Amino acid sequence: MKPATIINVLVVATLLVAPYWLNAYWVDVLNSIGIYAVLALSLNVILGYAGLFHMGHAAFFAVGTYTTAILNTQFGIPVLWLMPLSGLTAGFFALLVARPIIHLRGDYLLIVTIGIVEIVRIALVNNVFGITGGSNGIFGINRPELFGYVIRTPHEFYYLIFGFAAITVLLFLRLENSRFGRALNYIREDDVAAEGSGIDAAHYKLVAFVLGAFWAGMAGTIFAAKMTIVSPQSFTFWESVVMFTIVILGGSGNIRGVLLGAFLIVGLPEVFREFAGARMLVFGAAMILMMIFRPKGILPAQPRTYNLDFLAGPRGGGK
Amino acid sequence: MQLFLEQLTNGLAVGGIYALIALGYTMVYGVLKLINFAHGDLFTIGAFFGLTLLLSLGLTSHIGPVAGIIVLVLMVMGLVALIGALLERVAYRPLRTSPRLSAVVSALGASIFFQNAIMLIYGARFRVYPHDLLPTTTVSFLGVSIPVMRIVLFGASLVMMAGLYYFVQRTKTGTAIRAAAIDQGAAKLMGIDVNRVIMYVFLIGPALGGAAGVMVGMYYGQINFTMGWVYGLKAFTAAILGGIGNIPGAMLGGLLLGVIEAMGATYISLAWKDAISFMVLILILIFRPTGLLGERVADKV
Repeated sequence: MKPATIINVLVVATLLVAPYWLNAYWVDVLNSIGIYAVLALSLNVILGYAGLFHMGHAAFFAVGTYTTAILNTQFGIPVLWLMPLSGLTAGFFALLVARPIIHLRGDYLLIVTIGIVEIVRIALVNNVFGITGGSNGIFGINRPELFGYVIRTPHEFYYLIFGFAAITVLLFLRLENSRFGRALNYIREDDVAAEGSGIDAAHYKLVAFVLGAFWAGMAGTIFAAKMTIVSPQSFTFWESVVMFTIVILGGSGNIRGVLLGAFLIVGLPEVFREFAGARMLVFGAAMILMMIFRPKGILPAQPRTYNLDFLAGPRGGGK
Repeated sequence: MQLFLEQLTNGLAVGGIYALIALGYTMVYGVLKLINFAHGDLFTIGAFFGLTLLLSLGLTSHIGPVAGIIVLVLMVMGLVALIGALLERVAYRPLRTSPRLSAVVSALGASIFFQNAIMLIYGARFRVYPHDLLPTTTVSFLGVSIPVMRIVLFGASLVMMAGLYYFVQRTKTGTAIRAAAIDQGAAKLMGIDVNRVIMYVFLIGPALGGAAGVMVGMYYGQINFTMGWVYGLKAFTAAILGGIGNIPGAMLGGLLLGVIEAMGATYISLAWKDAISFMVLILILIFRPTGLLGERVADKV
């Protein structure tokens, strides 16, 4: 076996059995890491694969979470059934807001997405349409039920969240190596050349946005179910910054890097809880140092490798 | 009508503050093409330095209120300028040739660093500025009573903007800054020390931002370690509104945004005040990304 495979097996095995040795608090920390990991993976489609500076992911996450919260508390629809619907709402919202701004480049896009996340938060605080519950938010969201089994404790949620994370990783791995994934990478590296090769850059960018938002919306369902209370404080600009940093510092465009980033950026502050304020100070300094000394993240995306042996052919024509 | 004029003066006073912060963004963007995310926090640092100096030195009682405040603001400007130059040295200079995203992330890191440093030093709670610094009287003009404070703040920001405009347009260093903003490579060939120009930009921008911090402290009476980023984002909106990289544009954009916001808060909804500014930002970027006074289109979007 290759070393990478051994590491993968070890990590998965550790994650499977970890809750047996951990108390509820630490399992809850792992649960947060899991949700952030899914969110960061969905952001990775936009920021990592397509290279779009998107810092408003919390807005899509918020739309998904509130969709679940509202429909569950108002109409009593079971939480997990709402998952695809929350994803669709978030995706549709992304389609609406990304459509006019998709042509913006670089830091302009960054600033606009920050503006969007703030507008969404202000709308939630102001109880838009009278259904978001204002700054108090919405409470009393039902526990999710899977095959007649109600998920309540952190340990039970752990398997739900990491199960979803595992599905996310597998699907996004397929996506990364698909025609779509390659097209996004091409756009990231050089969008003019990509256009020249017949890739409709604006269309692909938009699809990346919608897909990332769809997945963040689905993560919102799990978040709503886990918290049972949702309020605008969970969707500030800083939430977006956390997701953004997970992707950038972990290794933009690399699923392993993003997962590692989630563990470090959400997990480490919990480990150093006693240093309260200073840990964020260190975090800020670490961001600067990382950009200077390792700008592509802890685990940078590897260039694609293709097996070209077939070119050599049986008669050694490639020599 | 009376309400309108009242809000107009309020908008202009706040807009002057936005304009001062926006100048820092626009100058840095002009020369480095970098959104200095930490600029809003330099503004906060200015507000807190102002508070510390006010409480510890008692300048206003020693040399009179007017001279005291002027000396105080100058001291704050000097201190924040030093921090700005230091920031550029540590966080931005090593990334001069890196992709733009790296510098943006570094700027975000610097912003997080500053915010938490302020919180560790001054605490997370709101701090109150002494409220007897500026006259609380009002003057009557065309039947509208205008607080003297607003006139003083508006006047102060105008004076600083005029000073900056003179500096950038008429002095040798100012010409060098404009040259470096247009084409760094060519500026280097003409014998301009671009590193020095960038240092000047990072001295002047933060100095103006720091002054704006003290002004906000005096106008609203309370300051907080997180206030920098809302002001920063609004000032950035102002810079975009006027045309980023364009110095008169930032001044115009700041004043305009202050007035738009004051009017929006009065006639539309107070609760949506911040959202209105961000809508302005998004609409400008969609429909006129070069801003009101911006001209160079090609490499902007």
